[in-house]
Amino acid sequence: MSQIRKKRREAFLLGNEAVVEGALAAGCSFYAGYPITPSTEIMETMAKRLPQVVDGVFLQMEDEIASMGAVIGASLAGRKAMTATSGPGFSLMQEQIGYAAMTETPLVLVDVMRGGASTGLPTSPGQGDVQQARWGAHGDHPIIVLSASDVPECLEMTVVAFNFAEKYRTPVILLLDEITAHTREKIGLPEPGDFEIFSRLVPTMPPEWYKPYEETLRGVPPMPPVGTGYRFHVTGLSHDPLGFPTARPEEVRAMVERQFRKIDRFFHDIQLVEHVNTDDAEVLVIAYGCVARSARLAVRQAREAGVRAGLLILRTLYPFPRVHAEKLMRNCRLVVVPELNVGQISREVKRVNEGYTAVRTINRIDGQIITPSQILKEIA
Amino acid sequence: MAEVTQLIHQYLRHNKKFPLVFCPGCGHGIVLGSLVRGVHALGLSKDEVVVVAGIGCSGRIAAYVDFNTVHATHGRALTIATGIKMANPALTVIAVMGDGDAFSIGGNHLIHAARRNIGVTALVLNNFIYGMTGGQCSSTTPEGAYSHTSPMGQLEAAFDIVELTKAAGASGVARGTVFHVKALDGLITAALTQPGFNLVEALTPCFTQYGRGNGFKSAVDMFKWLKEKAVPRETYEKLEDKAGRIPIGVFVKRDAPGLETRYAAMRETLRAKKGGAA
Ligand SMILES: Cc1ncc(C[n+]2csc(CCOP(=O)(O)OP(=O)(O)O)c2C)c(N)n1
Ligand code: SF4
Repeated sequence: MSQIRKKRREAFLLGNEAVVEGALAAGCSFYAGYPITPSTEIMETMAKRLPQVVDGVFLQMEDEIASMGAVIGASLAGRKAMTATSGPGFSLMQEQIGYAAMTETPLVLVDVMRGGASTGLPTSPGQGDVQQARWGAHGDHPIIVLSASDVPECLEMTVVAFNFAEKYRTPVILLLDEITAHTREKIGLPEPGDFEIFSRLVPTMPPEWYKPYEETLRGVPPMPPVGTGYRFHVTGLSHDPLGFPTARPEEVRAMVERQFRKIDRFFHDIQLVEHVNTDDAEVLVIAYGCVARSARLAVRQAREAGVRAGLLILRTLYPFPRVHAEKLMRNCRLVVVPELNVGQISREVKRVNEGYTAVRTINRIDGQIITPSQILKEIA
Repeated sequence: MAEVTQLIHQYLRHNKKFPLVFCPGCGHGIVLGSLVRGVHALGLSKDEVVVVAGIGCSGRIAAYVDFNTVHATHGRALTIATGIKMANPALTVIAVMGDGDAFSIGGNHLIHAARRNIGVTALVLNNFIYGMTGGQCSSTTPEGAYSHTSPMGQLEAAFDIVELTKAAGASGVARGTVFHVKALDGLITAALTQPGFNLVEALTPCFTQYGRGNGFKSAVDMFKWLKEKAVPRETYEKLEDKAGRIPIGVFVKRDAPGLETRYAAMRETLRAKKGGAA
């Protein structure tokens, strides 16, 4: 990662526009969506770009439920497909997210968070959708949730989102916030070969041997596009390795366990973070999204004032990057978690920390940002 | 008869899926037969056909047929079908839905699929009731009819599926019944052949959840009712007393390209312009 921070054709892009560049670099050729602030620029940019891509398809659907459906259909037909939305639209998508998880259909969903609940604060930042991203779709299902804190990261994390979706046959949610999405920054545009790009494994065995939900070494069965000779059944009902509905306890359990295992087993691949001065930190700030930018400055100022402060920026929110957080927290006297909600990631931090280190939270729910000085006050 | 059975058997999944979940006398199995005969008549290979079904008794059809099959969420079959068709226009995409599925929870998707004129064939199995959830009223339950959620008789008006789909802009709209099987086969074959969005409403009896509570004595009684009440559209128009009669046949037949075709053309134009400029 990060090559695109240097060199290359440069552009002055919004976070939302960088998402589109990332998607196209990852091989996305299908977008379906419904407009909502502050995610709309993703859709509008896709509307211009996709018809120019070979076989590219852009659709404005009648609502967010339909958008998710179209993306699921396109993915089943072999496309790398995505949609984007914001709070209220994200709520509408939840049933289809569960369906994509259950049917192991790769797709990318960008949710640009705004203040909430309900229509809330359409043009103000918030980070209130974190737990909804993890648990919004009913029932037990694994999910990957990513985040980004600046424009180059919007691009990179979109590429990562597509790669994870394809590698693990799963929906991936990229959570941005209004500030990150609407900040304009200079960015180097990607060239082919800048990123390692993954595409889903397709079966090579004769169709009659193929089992779409089979246990494999990686736990991720190959997935053929519909229409290529591998006819199988896709259903949101609990299903057996062939894809047919089952209620037999041992089959149901095996399927859910495999779905979790395919993510659990690759924890180290999936849990992405950035360490800033964490080596010798006695006070650790854990932040994500636009708040991480304030935290970066606060930690630098704390260092200047003689406090050994460090910052852990979360790029993966789920599965929660405990392999990084846990170790660091054990060596600190204080953990500070600033976020634009009433404490949705600090819950995870406290869970992983198990009461070992003091955890201080900074929460803001009034549509305003958390400033560096606000964080500095809690560190020093 | 044996020939008919043999034909259908070629298209079924025998390894896992039988017996059918449908009640004795349910009309859904007959629509399944018509669907298979339609595909066969057109000489389509199993790999070219995708069946996307919704949730409900009607939705279970997908599991039995040996095509590419998707059992969607309730009401959303057309959204997934749209994604598949736009991603790969070469496929023949069929959405199988119940009346509740297509016109209650999925009503918005249906009118928009018709407006966009996406090249998908919608098969709506109208039994005037929610079968799978045990007999609640749907948006096609006739006024006055009884259901578990209209125990005093339905007060709301029923949608006319044909009129609604016609107004929304579909390429083809037809209505048949499971009593008039040959005609139904023809309607489905025609719908599969015509470009754009095509809808076939198939009236199908659900004695278990609808007939029993509405004065029918048996499933056979419901078939007799269909035989008597359904009349060809042309005949219906000349009837003096139309009360209680249902017109069947083709209502819209419009030669309009599907969205996937118009989209491809737009992309071509763009490419040509770009090429010209270079
Ligand atoms: C979002 C959602 N709401 C409700 C249900 C419950 N449900 C399952 S099938 C059904 C109605 C089925 O009726 P219809 O579509 O007419 O099909 P039929 O069973 O009569 O063939 C309902 C309400 C569901 N599965 N999902
Ligand atoms: S409940 Fe009605 S629609 Fe469902 S299988 Fe039985 S008869 Fe058919």
